[in-house]
Amino acid sequence: MTTGAETPRKARPRPPGRGVPLALLAPALVGLAFLLVPLLALLLRAPWRSLPEQLTSPEVWEALRLSLFCATAATALSLVVGVPLAWLLARTDFPGRGLLRALVTLPLVLPPVVGGVALLLALGRNGVVGQWLDAWFGVTLPFTTAGVVLAETFVAMPFLVISVEGTLRAADPRFEEAAATLGASRFTAFRRVTLPLIAPGIAAGAVLAWARALGEFGATITFAGNFPGRTQTMPLAVYLALQNDPAAAIALSLVLLAVSIAVLAGLRDRWMRTV
Amino acid sequence: MPKHPETLPGPAGAMPGPGSGPGPEGLDARLVVDRGSFHLDVALTAAPGDVVALLGPNGAGKTTALRALAGLAPLTAGHLRLDGADLHRTPPESRPVGVVFQDYLLFPHLTALDNVAFGPRCRGAGKAEARARAAAWLDRMGLSEHAGARPRHLSGGQAQRVALARALATHPRLLLLDEPLAALDARTRLEVRARLRRHLAAFEAVAVLVTHDPLDAMVLADRLVVVERGRIVQEGTPSDIARHPRTEYIAQLVGLNLYRGQGDGHTVRLDAGPAVSTTEDLSGPVFVAFPPGAVTLHRDRPTGSSARNLWRCAVAGLETHGDQIRAELTGELSLAADLTTVAAAELDLHPGAPVWAAVKATQTHAYPA
Amino acid sequence: MPRSAHRSHRAVGLGAVVLLALSACSPSGSSSGPGAQDVSGTVTVFAAASLKESFTELGRRFEKEHPGVRVTFNFSGSDSLAAGINNGAPADVFAAASARTMKLVTDEGHTAGSPRTFVRNRLQIATEPGNPHRIDSLRDLSAPGRKVVLCDRTVPCGAAARTALTAAGVELTPVSYEQDVKSALTKVELKEADAAVVYRTDVRAAGDKVEGVEFPESAEAVNDYPIARLENAPNPSGATAFVELVRSEEGREVLGEAGFLKP
Repeated sequence: MTTGAETPRKARPRPPGRGVPLALLAPALVGLAFLLVPLLALLLRAPWRSLPEQLTSPEVWEALRLSLFCATAATALSLVVGVPLAWLLARTDFPGRGLLRALVTLPLVLPPVVGGVALLLALGRNGVVGQWLDAWFGVTLPFTTAGVVLAETFVAMPFLVISVEGTLRAADPRFEEAAATLGASRFTAFRRVTLPLIAPGIAAGAVLAWARALGEFGATITFAGNFPGRTQTMPLAVYLALQNDPAAAIALSLVLLAVSIAVLAGLRDRWMRTV
Repeated sequence: MPKHPETLPGPAGAMPGPGSGPGPEGLDARLVVDRGSFHLDVALTAAPGDVVALLGPNGAGKTTALRALAGLAPLTAGHLRLDGADLHRTPPESRPVGVVFQDYLLFPHLTALDNVAFGPRCRGAGKAEARARAAAWLDRMGLSEHAGARPRHLSGGQAQRVALARALATHPRLLLLDEPLAALDARTRLEVRARLRRHLAAFEAVAVLVTHDPLDAMVLADRLVVVERGRIVQEGTPSDIARHPRTEYIAQLVGLNLYRGQGDGHTVRLDAGPAVSTTEDLSGPVFVAFPPGAVTLHRDRPTGSSARNLWRCAVAGLETHGDQIRAELTGELSLAADLTTVAAAELDLHPGAPVWAAVKATQTHAYPA
Repeated sequence: MPRSAHRSHRAVGLGAVVLLALSACSPSGSSSGPGAQDVSGTVTVFAAASLKESFTELGRRFEKEHPGVRVTFNFSGSDSLAAGINNGAPADVFAAASARTMKLVTDEGHTAGSPRTFVRNRLQIATEPGNPHRIDSLRDLSAPGRKVVLCDRTVPCGAAARTALTAAGVELTPVSYEQDVKSALTKVELKEADAAVVYRTDVRAAGDKVEGVEFPESAEAVNDYPIARLENAPNPSGATAFVELVRSEEGREVLGEAGFLKP
């Protein structure tokens, strides 16, 4: 039968006697080594002896806490505005949609530092929009935790939008039509039918965005500056520690690495099983 | 299982207002849709209780007509009134229309119950009430024990019934079914068709179904509307259309040999060449039809036969048709003939074999074109 | 005409350089005395970012004085330059923004001879043009509501600012500790911060986009800029010649224009 539902996939037993061709295996192993050796080097050269001392400093935990909070907030913000944006790009037709789509993906190629400067020019105290925020509401965003969240959102949201838009394009739009014939407005159809259908794609996009936000450095330090406990996230702490205390930088990196691996693995078990 | 679900208790309200208008009950539509090279222009009227089948080959525009009725495809021109209310500019979610899609489009993330409850929920019912109504519908469809199942765990026939329940649960004034049996295998089809027929017969408002299968159309519908290349070529009751097909396509569908010609007393001079003797006395443009079973085949020219219609032909193709063999013939006249396998063996029929085809005048049927 | 005369002179000079270079091939070059004649090839200079404008100008002059020689620069933070040299980056000259960073290289034995201080740099307060907040001293920076950025203590300008603030007895909570002096300055240029404590050379380089304010405590945090020829220099004679140009009267003049002080 063809109800459009996915049939549950089962792991098929591998057919016997089908080896991996060397032409694929060799470059695959080179690629694997290229990605893993630097991580391995980080572990090998880690200052294990002084590690406990490094990790008990409150600055480390402050930076880690701030990193996790800001990355999560940036992901949430990306979801709130990014999923509707993806829907707009995938499901509506208007002149200049292609151009808009290209502009949305621009932060993917823009050096993050440039993104940070652009944010300053837009939302800074003297920026195009920021001067009005300051004048009307007394809100200034640079040098604040909110500024960190915005900088991370700017860099991470395109990952979510691209991922969700791809899922939306692959999803059957006739489910929305079926919902319409049952009396659902376009928004209700989106909320009750489309959204659950593309949930795996949204989850994958959110994880990508979260990971990107967690590692964000350039836009953050440019737009939000660097102040411990307020805007100093882990990547900033790592970079500055690298200036005169490489051992501390490595220790911080290990913490960031361990936490992100733990979170990603946990998410994968929970709600990315089908992805 | 109850045959008249609409008479069961449960609020039928929560529907936007058509029906209150002063106009006539039922459907009155002229659907004009222009899409590049494709042009659809179909007029449809139906009274409450009617089941109308849009019948036609693939690409004829049946599904487009259905989408236009549902509001999923915009009308270029024409009008659309249901129970007197003008629906032309009404968005799909505000039309009192229910649709059973070809592949059902059951929401895969919802259970059968929540699929059926979806419509009542959207039309304003509370969660508990919508679920109660959905449960009642599933019960009527004999699906109570599958209420908690997700669509992927339903068989084709069950999914079809859930889709029907989902469409009916909003109490539509117009029920649309797009190829309702096409997704089913032959065995399920028989049972589902009979069940669907009972539900449609009990349905109090207008039902329009789209199909390319003449049997489905004839079993399920009171009236057939045959669409070809975006136009209505014929409409009428199933028996009327079966007896008086007006196009090659319909004739083939209902299993008739059909020819156009000029009537001249009891003879019709066919546009295709030879003449046919008939019992009717007609003049002017006419159709002549006879079923393939009325044709007798002979190896040698029959002598003393009462058949006055005799043509020299050659076998172009043979195919098994149930326990019969259908021979496609070319020659003086192109026609189809049915014969038993024994007869086919005795005549030593094979592609290219020369045969004589005979039809009694009493077996033919002529009517004005 | 002067032009053609100049060209023929240059051609002769080139020939002489080639001849001299050939004759200088057999004896070891490292101990050969200074002199414009035996310089050839490319001179690679690793220099602190704050030296960018003045060293670029000096490089242009060096190439003019030594036709056919090319000077390539790597301007970056002194720390990362030092790390690069210690990890084997091919460089002839290292000019650092602090004695501490130069020490990282000398400790590994990568300098040829002892480094020499060639300029000094002092801090200034950079304010918006016209100094709208009337900042005249370090103490004014700690006024409530002032948005001040400092360099992070891990980079030289941050360490110097901290020394100066301590000397002035001023407690200051900035809005941000910037990763280098240029980002600190940028925040003032974009009016995101009211003031920054940076080097006077950076204020000078920013032109009229910021205004510099001197303060007495800057004397407590003077930065020495050492320069050295490197042990593994691929072009030792070029390195020697470039260091000499930097330390010459001409070099001091160019650096002085950029706001550097004499050692």
